[in-house]
Amino acid sequence: MLVEFAMHHAWLVPLIPALSFLIIVFLTRPFEKLTAFLSVSFMAISCFFASLAAYGVFNNHELAEHPLVYNFFNWLSIGIPGANELQINLGVQLDPTSAMMLFMVSFVATFIQLYSVGYMKGDPGFSTFFSYVSLFAASMLLLVISSNLLEMFVAWEGVGLCSYLLIGFYSHKISAREAAKKAFVTCRVADFGLLLGILGLVITFGTLDIMELNDKINNFKEYTSYGTLTLLAVLVFIGPIAKSGQFPLHVWLPDAMEGPTPVSALIHAATMVVAGVYLVARMMFLFDAVPAAMNMVAITGGFTALFAALIAITQTEIKRILAYSTVSQLGYMMLALGVGSLTASMFHMWTHAFFKALMFLAAGSVIHAVHTPNVWKMGGIVKKMPVTSWTFVVGGLAISGIPPFAGFWSKDEILVATMNSGHYVLYAMGAFTAFLTAFYMWRLIFLAFYGKEKPENHPHESPWTMCVPLVVLAVGATVGGFFGMPWNNMWAHWIFFGEPHHAGHVAWGAMISSVALAVAGIYLAYRLYLKDTEKVKARQLAEKYQFWYQLSFNKFYIDEIFLWFNHTVVDGSAKLMYLFDIYVVDGIVNGLGGFARLTGDGLRVLQTGSMQNYALVFFLGVLAVTILMAFTGPSAAGLVLGGVM
Amino acid sequence: MVTISLTHYVMLSAILFSIGLFGVLAKKNAVSVLICIELMLNAVNINFIAFSKYITPADFMGQIFAIFVITVAAAEVGVGLAIIIAIYRNNLPVDLDEIDWLKW
Amino acid sequence: MSFPVLPVILLAPVAAAVVLLFIPKEEHRLIKSVAALGTFVSLFLTLVIYFNYNQDVGGLQFVTQRDWIKDLGVTLFFAVDGISLPMVLLTNLIGFCAIFASWNISNRPREFFILLLILITGVMGTFIAHDLFIFLLFYEVVVIPIYIMVVIWGSSKRVTKEYAGMKLTIYLLIGSGFLLVGVIALFVKSVGVLGAPDMSFSALAEAGAQLSNFDQIWLFALMLFGFGSLISMWPFHSWSPDGYAGAPTAVSMIHAGVLKKIGGYGLIKIAVVMLPLGAQFWAPWMAVLGIAGVAYAAFGALAQKDLKYVVGYSSVSHMGYVIIAVACLDVIGLNGAVANMFAHGIMAALFFSMIGFLYEKTHTRWMPDMGGLGRQTPKLAAGFMLAALASLGLPGLVTFVPEFTIFVGIFSKYGGLAVIGIAGIIITALYALRAGAHTLFGPPRPEYDHLEDIKGPELVPLVVLGFVLVVGGVLPSLLFDMINSGVVPLHAEISNVLQLGGNL
Repeated sequence: MLVEFAMHHAWLVPLIPALSFLIIVFLTRPFEKLTAFLSVSFMAISCFFASLAAYGVFNNHELAEHPLVYNFFNWLSIGIPGANELQINLGVQLDPTSAMMLFMVSFVATFIQLYSVGYMKGDPGFSTFFSYVSLFAASMLLLVISSNLLEMFVAWEGVGLCSYLLIGFYSHKISAREAAKKAFVTCRVADFGLLLGILGLVITFGTLDIMELNDKINNFKEYTSYGTLTLLAVLVFIGPIAKSGQFPLHVWLPDAMEGPTPVSALIHAATMVVAGVYLVARMMFLFDAVPAAMNMVAITGGFTALFAALIAITQTEIKRILAYSTVSQLGYMMLALGVGSLTASMFHMWTHAFFKALMFLAAGSVIHAVHTPNVWKMGGIVKKMPVTSWTFVVGGLAISGIPPFAGFWSKDEILVATMNSGHYVLYAMGAFTAFLTAFYMWRLIFLAFYGKEKPENHPHESPWTMCVPLVVLAVGATVGGFFGMPWNNMWAHWIFFGEPHHAGHVAWGAMISSVALAVAGIYLAYRLYLKDTEKVKARQLAEKYQFWYQLSFNKFYIDEIFLWFNHTVVDGSAKLMYLFDIYVVDGIVNGLGGFARLTGDGLRVLQTGSMQNYALVFFLGVLAVTILMAFTGPSAAGLVLGGVM
Repeated sequence: MVTISLTHYVMLSAILFSIGLFGVLAKKNAVSVLICIELMLNAVNINFIAFSKYITPADFMGQIFAIFVITVAAAEVGVGLAIIIAIYRNNLPVDLDEIDWLKW
Repeated sequence: MSFPVLPVILLAPVAAAVVLLFIPKEEHRLIKSVAALGTFVSLFLTLVIYFNYNQDVGGLQFVTQRDWIKDLGVTLFFAVDGISLPMVLLTNLIGFCAIFASWNISNRPREFFILLLILITGVMGTFIAHDLFIFLLFYEVVVIPIYIMVVIWGSSKRVTKEYAGMKLTIYLLIGSGFLLVGVIALFVKSVGVLGAPDMSFSALAEAGAQLSNFDQIWLFALMLFGFGSLISMWPFHSWSPDGYAGAPTAVSMIHAGVLKKIGGYGLIKIAVVMLPLGAQFWAPWMAVLGIAGVAYAAFGALAQKDLKYVVGYSSVSHMGYVIIAVACLDVIGLNGAVANMFAHGIMAALFFSMIGFLYEKTHTRWMPDMGGLGRQTPKLAAGFMLAALASLGLPGLVTFVPEFTIFVGIFSKYGGLAVIGIAGIIITALYALRAGAHTLFGPPRPEYDHLEDIKGPELVPLVVLGFVLVVGGVLPSLLFDMINSGVVPLHAEISNVLQLGGNL
């Protein structure tokens, strides 16, 4: 009964946090406790609805093939029906993928909000923060259930806006301000591509409804050529490149940690960045129709995974390391989509949401306690902050791919899918990334949580509102992967594209090798950063390979290249245009004015002011007319004088 | 006996007009210029009445216009003299070469 | 027609202006209240007719018609349709807010508000007149108060206010001169076609459509120049940034918000409808100029450091979209053009009013001299950011759907060329966010610690325009259903002449 209701009113899930946003902004802003209670409880209600809907969806196997779609609102309808029209219906598309996301987003958001109650205590922008986070969750949830590409785009930009507001939350800091701007503008550049893709789709196929597009693209030959469709797929993919932090538009993501830590957790785990992956997943039918686009997605993903991992191994700020690890993991998800495995991609997104949210929140808890983001200045925290530290270790095990933690199953699934699709180079890159992941993550853990205590730090455990979410998420990060174990793969029965994966086939080789790589990574980190307490070896290595170290430490100078482009090329041409405007365009206008003025200056000399001069000219004029009339007769003069005579 | 014909009137009018015109263009004194303008206007009046008498004796069109001209001339002299007096009162010369305030 | 609602809407500000004549000039508060009341009556009645307009029937409604000059076929013909009604609503929304945006005027307020009310009336008149003569009459009424207001109450920065006022006025008059030539020529030719003089839009449209291709082309060129310079079509745009920078807040609001739109409105309802063949001939050129304007002015805005110049250039850029959209000559494009005029009007007016308050409080508009104002004046900052986000076309705000509609129109019609125009959204995001960041964010400056946030009557522009901005964005059909009901018959008329029909 209730499940039915939730399934058919899934639009309530985004609406409830949106309401809480409105209530906070207009009513409860001055009352911090009330705001916090309202925000968290609304989010929890939303999560409750989402889990009911998800329960309903997962109990109805029909929906995997035929999603539950209903439109609840005619948003826009213009033009001449049938001939030249633009119809946009807002609607809900509920299938296992969106139901999973719905639950995951609302679940993670609920615990992040709960965590924020403790984390943001005493901040002057406490209520504002909660209103933004509610709006953020609402936008993301709307994106998830959208049945229409434009609706999705609206939510997509809404997510972008909220991330802008939240990254720039400490707006008095220049760095936060710039990071927020960077995030928005980077995404905007990519949205330009996405928008072109959407426009191309609506013009080619006459609809933006995802299911209708699905049908039409399946026999796209009736509408357009293969080349055009490839172009459209590539354009659509540009959007997710920035949103999901793929190379080369990943630059905003590491800077996004300028926001409060819960926001970083929300952005990196459940909202914002997974939006891009989700969009590609939703548009799988488009990419699937054009193998070239699929390869592009796979290569972008694989390369990003490796590239970000290479940067992460030298970073020193805890949140920055986590940020690059997110970029890397998102690369995995893209890779999985690119090789055609929706199952693996969504599975990794699911597990990643738990362990990445967990690690960010734990990192926030640490920074909250020691007041420094630099891992080299931490150390030995495990004794003072057991909950934080142990939950972080769980996250570290999960992301490194140690069984039975969640990350192992999903990462393994991706690697197997890559291997099966025949992309051996990408498989090698993925496997090497897995090794690097284990290494940099455990480097972080050994440096920050173990080793010698630093006397200047006085860490203390965080309040319960911060610890409870950590524990809950740690449980999720531990058991979350059991849905998709290869010998009993429930996940693949629910979420798939095309044909469901066949359960029971276990790729032992891939599994064992990935575990071996992970253990090797952890062991290397152990040798370099814990056993050798003076960390001499690590430093020696850095000095020995100075060039490579600097390259990695400076993030391959991608940021600098963009900065140069922005400041030199864009601002330079802006300056040029402006100068052109005031000197050439306006110059012509002022020149015309000046011409009129000069002519006047020349002619006014005739105005001598002497009456007798005027009289003389007047008389001469009369004389001239008279003579003219005398010699040629009145008709000619009439012609000259325009019929006056 | 020479009968006085239209030609004589027109001749007289032309001579009078030319004297007036010369005065307007050449005289320096503003009052003289005004007097010369009067001469020109009276030349016009002579023309009006002469043409009226010889060509359309039945109606009095020319005479009526002459009266109009006299009226307007009186008004004009009134305004002109007032301006000249105003200039004179301000201890400025009434020499027309000096009065070029409408310049530029 | 029982109650002549349109004349009442038109004359309510005039009545207020007349009342102001009899109020002693020291009574500042009373003067402002009367002005606000006058515009409120108009606004209220406009809302009433907006929601009572029968969209299923469409066409001209709330008609009031009287013979005026019979020999020229001029009638006092007031009516609204789906295109003009949003414009009238826009005028009244902005007019009402402009009164409150000038709440702190202390230099000769009575004269200021009388001129402002006349200005509002003039703009409104152009939108409800359906007689070309009356249209031009109101159009000329608008120019005079603007000149006086800029020169007396304006501000001198890069250029002096005298220069700005002069440039604004002369530019508009030259444009309207060309327009006048075109209109008179059209009228003279129409008498030949119709047999009797008639200045009403419908008669001229009927006559104009029968003119030869050649006649339509050169007449359209004249009108394009006239309306184009009014809507600041590139390269006839240079009055716009200087003019807005020199003008007082209320004038900038009305000018950027609605007056400019007379150009786009005229292009659609006069030039295109009356001379469809001419429009078809010039459409590619218009598209090129529009796209040039979008990209060029966006870059121009990026280079600015004075806030009013940023918005000035940005409005040129946004109007470029309207021009391209008109050049599409199809239903989607025209819908987008009208809607974008409405949306941009709301956005620009909010932007200018917020900048006006900022300038009033900080006495500067120079971005490097500001920063961190988000902490000191949070409400002002909220309004400013709302306008900035609307300017970059954020979904959920009123500007997004019109832009999207325009993009659909131009992308299907002009393909690759349109991409340059659409790329403008990136630059727009860059300058809008940069303006916000440098003004509102960053470390707060101690010299602005004493600033008071906007309060009381000063909040009206933020509340009213912000409300429209959000509601129009969330429920675009409120606006689009109306516009569509006006555009569809108009487009049918054009395509009857052109025989091209829909081509999405």
